[in-house]
Amino acid sequence: MLPLLEMRSIKKTYPGVLALDSVDFDVLPGEVHCLLGENGAGKSTLMKILAGALAADSGSILIEGREVDIDSPTAAQALGIGMIYQDFKLVPELTAAENIMLGHEPRSFGGLFLDRTATDAAALAVLAELGEEVPMNAPVRTLSLAERQVVEIGKAMSRTLKILALDEPTASLTSPERANLFEAVRKLKALGVGVIYITHRLEEIFEIGDRITVLRDGHNVDSSSVNDATGATLIRSMVGRELSGEYPRNRRGGGETLLRLENISGGAITGVDLEVRAGEVLGLGGLAGAGRTELARIIFGTDPIEGGRMIFRGAEIRPGSPREAIDLGIGYLSEDRNRDGLVLEMSVRENITLPSLPKVTRGWFIDKKTEGEACGGLIKQLTIKTPDMNRRVEELSGGNRQKVVLARWLMTNSRLLIFDEPTAGIDVGVKFEIHSLIDSLAAGGMGVLVISSDMPELLGVSDRVAVMSGGTVTGVLARGEATQERIMELAMKKVGKGSSR
Amino acid sequence: MTARTGKYTLLAEFGVVLALVAEGIIFSSLSPYFFTSENILNVSLQTSIIAIIAAGMTFVILTAGIDLSVGSVVAFTGVITTALLHLDVPPAVALPAAILAGLGVGALSGAAAGALITGLNITPFIATLALMTIWRGAAFLFTDGRPIWGLPDEFAALAGGRVAGIPVPTIIMLAVFAAGYVLLNRTPFGRYVYAVGGNREAARLAGIRTGRVILGAYVICGFLAAMSGILLASRLNSGQPNSGLMYELDVIAAVVVGGTSLFGGRGSIVGTFVGAMLIGVLRNGLNLLDVSSYLQMIFVGAVILLAVALDRFR
Repeated sequence: MLPLLEMRSIKKTYPGVLALDSVDFDVLPGEVHCLLGENGAGKSTLMKILAGALAADSGSILIEGREVDIDSPTAAQALGIGMIYQDFKLVPELTAAENIMLGHEPRSFGGLFLDRTATDAAALAVLAELGEEVPMNAPVRTLSLAERQVVEIGKAMSRTLKILALDEPTASLTSPERANLFEAVRKLKALGVGVIYITHRLEEIFEIGDRITVLRDGHNVDSSSVNDATGATLIRSMVGRELSGEYPRNRRGGGETLLRLENISGGAITGVDLEVRAGEVLGLGGLAGAGRTELARIIFGTDPIEGGRMIFRGAEIRPGSPREAIDLGIGYLSEDRNRDGLVLEMSVRENITLPSLPKVTRGWFIDKKTEGEACGGLIKQLTIKTPDMNRRVEELSGGNRQKVVLARWLMTNSRLLIFDEPTAGIDVGVKFEIHSLIDSLAAGGMGVLVISSDMPELLGVSDRVAVMSGGTVTGVLARGEATQERIMELAMKKVGKGSSR
Repeated sequence: MTARTGKYTLLAEFGVVLALVAEGIIFSSLSPYFFTSENILNVSLQTSIIAIIAAGMTFVILTAGIDLSVGSVVAFTGVITTALLHLDVPPAVALPAAILAGLGVGALSGAAAGALITGLNITPFIATLALMTIWRGAAFLFTDGRPIWGLPDEFAALAGGRVAGIPVPTIIMLAVFAAGYVLLNRTPFGRYVYAVGGNREAARLAGIRTGRVILGAYVICGFLAAMSGILLASRLNSGQPNSGLMYELDVIAAVVVGGTSLFGGRGSIVGTFVGAMLIGVLRNGLNLLDVSSYLQMIFVGAVILLAVALDRFR
């Protein structure tokens, strides 16, 4: 079969870095070709070259056997290449139909006016082909993430679409939404579209993929049919070495109660009873929107408590701000570190000491020597990879950024740490390091609460798993009884009023 | 703050410093009077009023804010201070009391701006635009639109005086920048200013009381605008309700030319100093060369664009 797309010997260098070295990649009609690799392996660079956002230094691109020159995003679009990034490129105030038809809207009166009716009809026809439905006449900003994604796919399909690249499309979807997305991908396959699928979740590859290409440090390292691959072989080709035991356990498990929530309510949270013990890792599972992050925010003093009692280290507390929670010994590592965890343009050192400055201040002034020594110790302890502590955090990789936030909460002497999706967007190799750190923190007597939507991670890292649905805890499972099925059952459980969806 | 005061700032300010040096060389070759100590002191004196406010504005812009009310605060504190000098008290008491009151009014105006912005969540542009109109109106209302004359000689000596040959406003300006530098680079407050401007939500989740930090930045800005207002009244030897018109634009220009980002989190007070000097030297040089004031405005605008464009290319 003639490949839809062939990229041959693609080479790209940035100043001082060889990003892609003679990479070959092809896509057949009606197949899902998974592109794997750690962050920085060259996946994004390759996709940007395909999308016309970057120019390759050398190499050639063939579409249906014909050599083409993709020198701009417009050229890529004209050739039938669609690209869906993690952060959607939709106009929030326009409707779904208007977004789908953006740039080639049907017109009336000789092109003078937009034809609304025809726009809606055309957009509906596109989505019908995909077997999807979304509210057509509401502004896109009111749609859910999953619906927006459908709009993005529809937007690509509204023009000639031969090749569609999806960059981590399931990163923020719930399980049913994910199943729905996979349905849509299968429809695209049936229509003969070649799909490029980029993901960090190995289990998805086996569910939806046909072929796999692994990139490492800008080289092709492996290309195989899904049938010939296993999770272990894929991880080995991505990381370039064997990873030892998946979830380390050096801790002894729960000691005395560290935090007890009694009938806590506030915002979307109602009647939560929960206990975190010193020296244990409590997993918090549930679907997106179940209220896990909201509960974390209440504990961390970001959102107000409206009812119930919170007992921490034997005393009732009611933190009214993150500052108060931090001073009590609570630390929170948010899901999106770049958005609300770090000040990216500040240095590693400044980010670590941000909440602890009074500790290293003598009189009116920051004592840079004390500050530097404290940071140096933490950087060593957590093996944060940075040339020096004055480097800006934005120059660090995702895993190291996460460690910077962790270092911050170690410096404040936290007793309870809340990880919200601790390894979201983090490379496989570093994931293991983060899991080891979580284990050693608990082994050191800290209480750790881990919110995770990554089921294997939730099961692997936790001593007990609490599951939330509709703003409350629907069950707590001991390590032995926690299975994927039991967790899903509790996560889908309907609770009281106001728990629709 | 090694990252910013070290190689990063040097790099960031390199372009502006270079422009300042180039300006100096050009004007020196065109006018023999330009590079004399008398003229340099003269430039520093003329620039001091704008530069002192720009030091305060740097704090505000670093928090991703803006303060449009500084020009009106200059006028309002000027008339308040000069009016207080007319009260029937011995000058030894009246002078310090009037100056302190003026500075207090400026700080309060900054606190009002900060409270509107952090308490009521009004965007800085709108909150300070409203205050700009309110203080200007108050200055006119208070004086009935007429300047306040007949001030004691000691007051005029403030801005007109010299210590060791250096004009007093120049000394005050240097002291303000030195203090501002230490505050921004050596104290927790200074670092919080950068953090809040760089990422307000991340700063809040790191336990910083972001409202207080933003309030502090506006108080500093209002206080320094008042300081300039008093110095200006002293130079004019009167309280002028229409003084300080459009100062906010010159001040913002100095900060931006100095490399501070209007989006917050990036920049330095040293850059602001160089930026203010760049504009001040340009005006002075063009004056020496007898360039018409209309043409001067066009030159200044062009230099602002050039400085910011150079910043982009780096």
